[in-house]
Amino acid sequence: MLRFILRRLLQMVGVVFVLSLLVFLWLRSLPGGTVSAILGEKATPARRAALEKALGLDQPLYVQYWEFLKRAVKGQFGSSTGVLPGVDAMQLFLQRFPATVELSAFAIIVAIALGIPLGYMAARRRASWFDNTSVVGSLIGVAVPVFFLAFMLKYFFAIKLHWLPVSGRQDPSLDATRVTGFFVLDGLLTREWDSAWDAVKHLILPALALATIPFAVIFRITRASVLEVLDEDYVRTAESKGLTSRVIRGRHVLRNALLPVVTTIGLQTGGLLVGAVLTERVFSWGGLGEAVAIGFERRDYAVLQVCILMAAITFVVINLLVDIAYAVIDPRVRTR
Amino acid sequence: MPNPLSPSGRKQRIDDLAATAGASGRSGGSDESGGSGGLAVDEVTVEDAGRVEESAGVSLIVSAWRRLRRNPVFLLGLTITALFVLMAVFAPLVAPHDPAAGLLLDKVRPQSNPVPGPEPGFPLGADPVGRDYLSRLIVGSRQTLVVGVCATIFGLLGGLTLGVLSGAFSGWVDSLVMRVVDVMLSIPSLLLAVSIAALAQSPSQWTLIIAIATVQVPVFARLLRGSMLAQRSTDHVLAARALGVKRSAIVFRHMLPNSLGPVIVQATLVVASSIIDAAGLSFLGLGNPDDRQPEWGQMLGQAQDHIYDNPALAVWPALCIIVVALGFTLMGESLREALDPKTRR
Repeated sequence: MLRFILRRLLQMVGVVFVLSLLVFLWLRSLPGGTVSAILGEKATPARRAALEKALGLDQPLYVQYWEFLKRAVKGQFGSSTGVLPGVDAMQLFLQRFPATVELSAFAIIVAIALGIPLGYMAARRRASWFDNTSVVGSLIGVAVPVFFLAFMLKYFFAIKLHWLPVSGRQDPSLDATRVTGFFVLDGLLTREWDSAWDAVKHLILPALALATIPFAVIFRITRASVLEVLDEDYVRTAESKGLTSRVIRGRHVLRNALLPVVTTIGLQTGGLLVGAVLTERVFSWGGLGEAVAIGFERRDYAVLQVCILMAAITFVVINLLVDIAYAVIDPRVRTR
Repeated sequence: MPNPLSPSGRKQRIDDLAATAGASGRSGGSDESGGSGGLAVDEVTVEDAGRVEESAGVSLIVSAWRRLRRNPVFLLGLTITALFVLMAVFAPLVAPHDPAAGLLLDKVRPQSNPVPGPEPGFPLGADPVGRDYLSRLIVGSRQTLVVGVCATIFGLLGGLTLGVLSGAFSGWVDSLVMRVVDVMLSIPSLLLAVSIAALAQSPSQWTLIIAIATVQVPVFARLLRGSMLAQRSTDHVLAARALGVKRSAIVFRHMLPNSLGPVIVQATLVVASSIIDAAGLSFLGLGNPDDRQPEWGQMLGQAQDHIYDNPALAVWPALCIIVVALGFTLMGESLREALDPKTRR
């Protein structure tokens, strides 16, 4: 088990290293380069040369990469130029991180809470109208562009019906106390129930929009996996032993069927990050997704490099954790 | 111990063959040969056994097609896709007006009426620059098809190259290619696409297509490597190696054609996701800025400015995207099911 974790950790270090190289090369090959991004296209050659020297851009590429790595390890990625001009990019990342985590966590909880039971029910009633409708529904869910769904949810439930707030994470007039940066948690910790409730109301629409694709994927994997397990010999054995159907369902079917679902949930974190870019933009969420969307619009490369690096590292780490969890649940994986 | 030359011994062989053929997803073929088995068994020779294998191989596709032909989900997907392609091909003939001409420009009032509503001859109204929206939707199917298909083809070509490299040579080539693929997969898809689109000096339709295609390269590469690795340990590849067939011939004539099934299924699904991704990129402002030739993702992305006063502007292209993406997805999913030995029972 320890060897398995060590090997995966080494692989992860390799991936992060190659990733840093790619991000570095990406920054160097952007149109106009860093100098134009800071000074604009119309700077005089003398000013350009001075800035190039100051930034170390006249050095050979491998020296530049080494400097980039050294600064990256210390978390120095420069100042934001477009999202919040002047603010340190790493600071900006850390400030906005809880917002995105809160939204993604809500979304994945919604997706799991709906996807697994519905997938199980659809598999149990295979080829019934319930099964067919939910399968078609999940396929439509994948076909809808996320930002369009976000717009429509906002249009109907916030603008037309006034049931839920239009944008943001919390009503600023509540002046809620900040503890962790997770607004719902803050409200619960400080016992400001109305501010916690307000944060939940702000979460509902963006979380629903963000949850659609993970829900559809989790639903379909659960359904396929339950169908497969229902066909297994050990389920037939359990049935012929005369076990109650509750024991068969809980202990034999569901437990085995959920193994591939665990991996899928890990893989969905990447999709959540993508969805967050689009949903947060629609709901002005103030998280990392919005920072990335604005960053691309205004060419804020300091913020973008932090976000891309950290998003990829988060994704890799979550999948490492999922793999370890998987190896704990399923001993067969460890021997591979 | 039965004599292998006696009829019962041969029958055993055929049963074994059928069993293994069934396990590799050829049960459709063996069902039919099983029906005439009673008489034919005595005449079966070793060569005949080989022939049975061969005809069962053909019936993999034939039986998949037979199953698909009766599958309403597949037929629905096929119908949607066919209608979409027909519309794209004949778009200029079908469209009532020129999609680039601002025919209703005089009706646009930036303050009171930014988006002209429907009127006789213009059932869906016009866009903010007075161009007939229905015509733009119809003609938009063309560029949408181009984006979806080209992005898929480029992604497929890149993925095939990496996958073949990795599947054909094991060792350091394989590990190197797979590390690159892992890194590409670790960057969330749209983020990768947007980063690549940002590299372009000036965004155009082709930078959009290349950005979307790049995201698909690692997916295709992984898929192909997986099935090529499975092919490498099969008997026919072993036989070819034993006969001294050149490595390139083994890879391109024996391993690659047999590994393409899952790749083709994936390609069908990728057309759908490419069209959706194009919309996402346009929404983030990295789409094709030239809107004389309309594209649905671009129309949807541009509609965001008017989404609260005129949601119809976004709803129409979005509906088109959803229906077409659904068509390709239904087709791809039922193809996958038909080719998957597990669901063929």
